Amino acid sequence: MISLKNLTKVYATGDVEVRALAGVSLEISQGEFVSIMGPSGSGKSTMMNILGCLDRPSTGEYFLDGLNIAEASDNQLAEIRNQKIGFVFQSFNLLPRTTALENVELPMLYRGLGAKERRDSALRALNAVGLGNRVHHKPNELSGGQQQRVAIARALANKPVIIMADEPTGNLDSKSSEEIMAIFQQLNEAGITVALVTHESDIALFSKRIVRFKDGRLDSDETVGKRNLAQGPRLDLAGSPGQLEVAGL
Amino acid sequence: MNIVESLRVALRGLKVNKLRSFLTMLGIIIGVGAVIVMVAIGQGAKNSVTNQIQGLGSNLLIISPGQSNSGGVRGGAGSLTNMTMDDVTAIQQQADAVAAVAPMASRNAQVVLGNQNTSTQVIGTTPSYAAVRNQSVDFGRFFSQRDLDSRAKVAVVGTTVAQNLMGNSNTNIVGRIININRVPFQVIGILQSKGSSGMTNNDDQILVPITTAQSRLIGSQSVRTIFVEAKTADQMNAASMEISTILRHRHGLKLSDPDDFTITNQSDILSTAEGITQSLTLLLSGIAAISLLVGGIGIMNIMLVSVTERTREIGIRKAIGAKRRDILFQFLIEAVVLSLLGGIIGILLGGGGASLMQKLSGMSTQVSGTSVVVAFLFSAAIGVVFGVFPAQKASKLDPIDALRYE
Ligand SMILES: Nc1ncnc2c1ncn2[C@@H]1O[C@H](COP(=O)(O)OP(=O)(O)O)[C@@H](O)[C@H]1O
Ligand SMILES: [Mg+2]
Repeated sequence: MISLKNLTKVYATGDVEVRALAGVSLEISQGEFVSIMGPSGSGKSTMMNILGCLDRPSTGEYFLDGLNIAEASDNQLAEIRNQKIGFVFQSFNLLPRTTALENVELPMLYRGLGAKERRDSALRALNAVGLGNRVHHKPNELSGGQQQRVAIARALANKPVIIMADEPTGNLDSKSSEEIMAIFQQLNEAGITVALVTHESDIALFSKRIVRFKDGRLDSDETVGKRNLAQGPRLDLAGSPGQLEVAGL
Repeated sequence: MNIVESLRVALRGLKVNKLRSFLTMLGIIIGVGAVIVMVAIGQGAKNSVTNQIQGLGSNLLIISPGQSNSGGVRGGAGSLTNMTMDDVTAIQQQADAVAAVAPMASRNAQVVLGNQNTSTQVIGTTPSYAAVRNQSVDFGRFFSQRDLDSRAKVAVVGTTVAQNLMGNSNTNIVGRIININRVPFQVIGILQSKGSSGMTNNDDQILVPITTAQSRLIGSQSVRTIFVEAKTADQMNAASMEISTILRHRHGLKLSDPDDFTITNQSDILSTAEGITQSLTLLLSGIAAISLLVGGIGIMNIMLVSVTERTREIGIRKAIGAKRRDILFQFLIEAVVLSLLGGIIGILLGGGGASLMQKLSGMSTQVSGTSVVVAFLFSAAIGVVFGVFPAQKASKLDPIDALRYE
């Protein structure tokens, strides 16, 4: 589903050129659960931003779901971000002074869905991540773990083919982190592809495959032998957007 | 995302920052309000001047004496005393384009009735004055040609005079004897009220036969002003030429001599006055428009601050699929809503202010429909013009840069 060929990214800051990605080739197939690890500054976020269509590679090829991302226009990228990708950030990135419900509705708003459909889907998504009783809370009224669950619900809103997360547990305590990972595991079980960046190996062990970066290159790529099961609330995925998408495949 | 949703998003953005939104609008509110009030004042001034001039009479020519010029000392306009009743008669009989002629000789006088007294203007004239100056009588009658011929001591008084002498129940002044500068006159009628125009109160005057006025009150045979009504509006110039010829001939002026009188045409006064009030309106609204412009710059300023402040929000919106157009519209609509709302409030406040001004100061104002429509469209345009730059700035932000913005 994701195919990278010789991807590079060069940042030019003043006279200095930083090669954040120095030729990365990688395949991620439907239904995988990949962790990207590596030391700080090794290019993980740069890579994730390109995967998430937030940024463009300097050279190289990127195919997502058969689409040539390197050649897509800004508007097409916006549409792909909106409909194919669910992005989860380390710092949650919810709109402040805006309720959980409205935050989750936002991607559907930009997709052009009607008010009723938006509301129903957003409620289902929030229910799925266990926040059915917090829908009218604003981000500053929610704990870090709850905020991240709102962000996951938002990522699920438009039934994406892949969820991408850049250090989603980086701002969370270990208990909340495990709950978030439990959600990702269940979503993956339901058929959604998940790719996340982390620098904690116990987090990475919740996934099925670990890719290591070093100086902007792939260092290693291995399957997780003994996979950990995250402790967290069981999700009610029946009728959630992710489930519907999976059912439709 | 459709326009209704964009509008909703924009309104939310404004609601979050109510005080700032209001302060931003204030510039537009004041600008639009000022335009509305200024135009209303200009329009009101124009109306009252026009009414005042038209209230003088219709197809009216006003003849006043020229300047005296003896030994190189030039007197003021109208300082000559060379017009007489004979001139009036001559104009009446010889000028074809003239419908009616009314002379006027006047002075201020002390008027006494019982223990009440007032100071007012006493005008000596002829019965045709009523027709020429559109002046009718409410109670009693106007004086007649016979009163004129017999130098009758009769007077027609204005309502203000009647009130000053009688108190409120002024109708029964008809038949009473009043003393004008110690000369007893019988009141035979009350003039219909014309109200006041500008500084002059048209009801504060007394009309008496000019013959009586000249011999009893003024002590001079000269005529101060001659009012002439032309037969039609088209014949006003012809009448003016005829009168000029008649008066020059009667006053024995040589070809090279300048006129010793001045003929003023009512329509000339009207167009001059309209020209003046027009430029007054333009000047006032020009000044007000500048404040509107300043208001627009205020909107741009705040929108730019808002874009910078909400860079992260823009990043989030873009990351989850907002297109350039969506962000552009969001901020553009915010700007337009601010300026339009400011415009509407400004129109309401301006309209209210104008009528309040009329109530409190008596200055006549008229809110013009055109100024309301123009102010509305103008404020919408200001929103677009001054909102486009910040909105474009917002829409062009790179999602990654915007998300990283602290
Ligand atoms: N916008 C940028 N401008 C310049 N250099 C950047 C930018 N973003 C990242 N880099 C550089 O690219 C390298 C990789 O960064 P990043 O992908 O954030 O690493 P990681 O997420 O693995 O810690 C670093 O050396 C970083 O300094
Ligand atoms: Mg990083």
